[in-house]
Amino acid sequence: MKPVQRRPVHVPAKAPTGVTGLDEITGGGLPRGRTTLLVGGPGSGKTILALQFLVHGARACKKPGIFVAFEESAKRIVANFESFGWNLAELQPKKLFFVDARPSSELIQSGNFDLGGMLAALEAQTKRMGAQRIVFDALDIMLALLPDAAAKRREVYRLHEWLLAHELTALITAKAGGDEASSISQEAFGFMQFMVDCAVVLNHSVVLGVSQRNLRVAKYRGSAFDENESPFVIGKNGFDVAVSRVLGRVDANVTNERVSSGVPRLDTMLGGGYYRGASVLITGFPGTAKTTLSGAFAEAACRRGERTMFVSFDSDGTEVIRNLASVGIRLDHYKKSGRLKMISARTIIGSAETLLVRIKSLAKEHGARCLVIDPVSNLSKAGNELTAHGVAERLIDWTKAENITLVCTSLLDETAGQTDGGTPLQISTLADTWIHLNYLVQAGERNRGISIIKSRGTAHSNQVRELILSDAGVTLADIYTAGGEVLMGTLRWEKESAERVANEVAEVAGELKRVSLDAEEAVLEVRAKSLQTELVAKQVEKKLLVRTAESRKGELSRGRTHIRELRRADAAVAGRK
Amino acid sequence: MKRRIVYKFRLYVAGEAQNSAQAVANLKALCLGYLADRHEIEIVDVYREPTRALEDGIMMTPTLIKLAPTPVSRIIGTLAQMQPVLLALRLEAVVA
Repeated sequence: MKPVQRRPVHVPAKAPTGVTGLDEITGGGLPRGRTTLLVGGPGSGKTILALQFLVHGARACKKPGIFVAFEESAKRIVANFESFGWNLAELQPKKLFFVDARPSSELIQSGNFDLGGMLAALEAQTKRMGAQRIVFDALDIMLALLPDAAAKRREVYRLHEWLLAHELTALITAKAGGDEASSISQEAFGFMQFMVDCAVVLNHSVVLGVSQRNLRVAKYRGSAFDENESPFVIGKNGFDVAVSRVLGRVDANVTNERVSSGVPRLDTMLGGGYYRGASVLITGFPGTAKTTLSGAFAEAACRRGERTMFVSFDSDGTEVIRNLASVGIRLDHYKKSGRLKMISARTIIGSAETLLVRIKSLAKEHGARCLVIDPVSNLSKAGNELTAHGVAERLIDWTKAENITLVCTSLLDETAGQTDGGTPLQISTLADTWIHLNYLVQAGERNRGISIIKSRGTAHSNQVRELILSDAGVTLADIYTAGGEVLMGTLRWEKESAERVANEVAEVAGELKRVSLDAEEAVLEVRAKSLQTELVAKQVEKKLLVRTAESRKGELSRGRTHIRELRRADAAVAGRK
Repeated sequence: MKRRIVYKFRLYVAGEAQNSAQAVANLKALCLGYLADRHEIEIVDVYREPTRALEDGIMMTPTLIKLAPTPVSRIIGTLAQMQPVLLALRLEAVVA
């Protein structure tokens, strides 16, 4: 039996759209040589997306394109899109050609008609410029002129056949009500949705007064795609689709480099500081010095010479600088030199998505390596509760990919109590390092405590420290535990001084004891010396005594002999005696 | 005596398509009925002259353009419904 040969899987060729995010969702772009349907409500950004697709094709891919406008005149479109900086005039007419296909207002209709004329005209133009991409903007307007559903179907079918025969990558936009269901109920488009190879739905809704835009790829024949709704914004340069984690994304560069937190003892607690590219979360109640701690980080970053961006949702940039200067964190000259960029986002109203895009583009512009967002919990302001979590996730994802060290603070709800609970955005699970600040009210004082709840990949202290703010800067102090109670502030100071006094007393007592021992030793030494002398005297005396006794004995015998000699006594007589 | 007005028409058709063929037939019948001996018809096949269709902005076929007398007017479709066509060409007055 012959082994079954596995054929290489045929991946349909893609035509990149140049839209950030959309190419990632679709795995490379729209199906090349096929038709894509773009459905959306009024003002959902259909024309922008369609034109961006052509501009990118003409400029980056060297694929000329035709824009068939059924709704607006070519002149108006060019004027409207001037603000995106695409420079349409430069591309026209060789690389980008506009066909004005608006039905004129005084058009009189009698009986049936078809799109043969348009296709013939387009064919001529396609050949002339070698077009490979084509957009039909607001095809629904043309179809509305056709008398019945059968005719509409027929013309859509004719168009589709023509596109396939000419291997054009086509994008057809069509209006739909705000919700997706109504677009499907429209018979002609319902039919079209089945016919095309790819369908993209744009959604524009207002949630609690905040505009939310979403893009969703509804179908894509022969290709995998991200099926979820992805938020997008229409920014300065066109579309920007937010992509939540896409599989197969290149992992961020992970380094072992540490960056200082700006507080030396905190660095020690963290085993050397934050990791470069890590995301750090500082949580705490209002007034627990979250901003101060993040300011210290910013100052340290500037001192290292790294470009830093500080986004404040609470107060003005200058206010932040002034307030931080009161605790010895001086940022003003870094701001003046341009190394530090202060962004006040207090007044920016908009969806969390818009904010993220703004922050991203500003950070890119500034070339920031360190980023502070104070507080990140502001993303979930009214109207953004649903999307804020995803935005926070993407924020962390993005900083990691760019190797930007992120410090964000998060306000905890005062009513939630003094628990080490999660943050409103659940960002605590995503952050690499989580520092918690809280108050300890004790003996009529409110003192700040700092603890590290988690720090991935670093050994870290398990101790709660006291955070002390003074005009000399931010310092950490050890806290005392006495009888199971944590002592801070004055109590800690008292405990410290009491300990100091006790130490001194002990030291003095020791000295005293040593001196008295010295004295005793001296006395004993003296006694030992006199005894020694006495001993020597006694020995001399004893020697003398022995010598005297011997000499007397010798004297006696010598005297007897001498007497005998004097008496001339006979030795024999003497012997008889 | 009233001056004889010559009607000049240009009809854009898409080859032998059914709609186009109908339009040609309808236009000819109309001219015979109302404008005998005072009309000129030019038929443009967009498949043969696509650039002309592009330049003239012809999107739908068939399209009839009345070039003279002024004002110029455009009618799309097979011309199957006579009434709006006559109205547009201001031929009702002639009939009456």
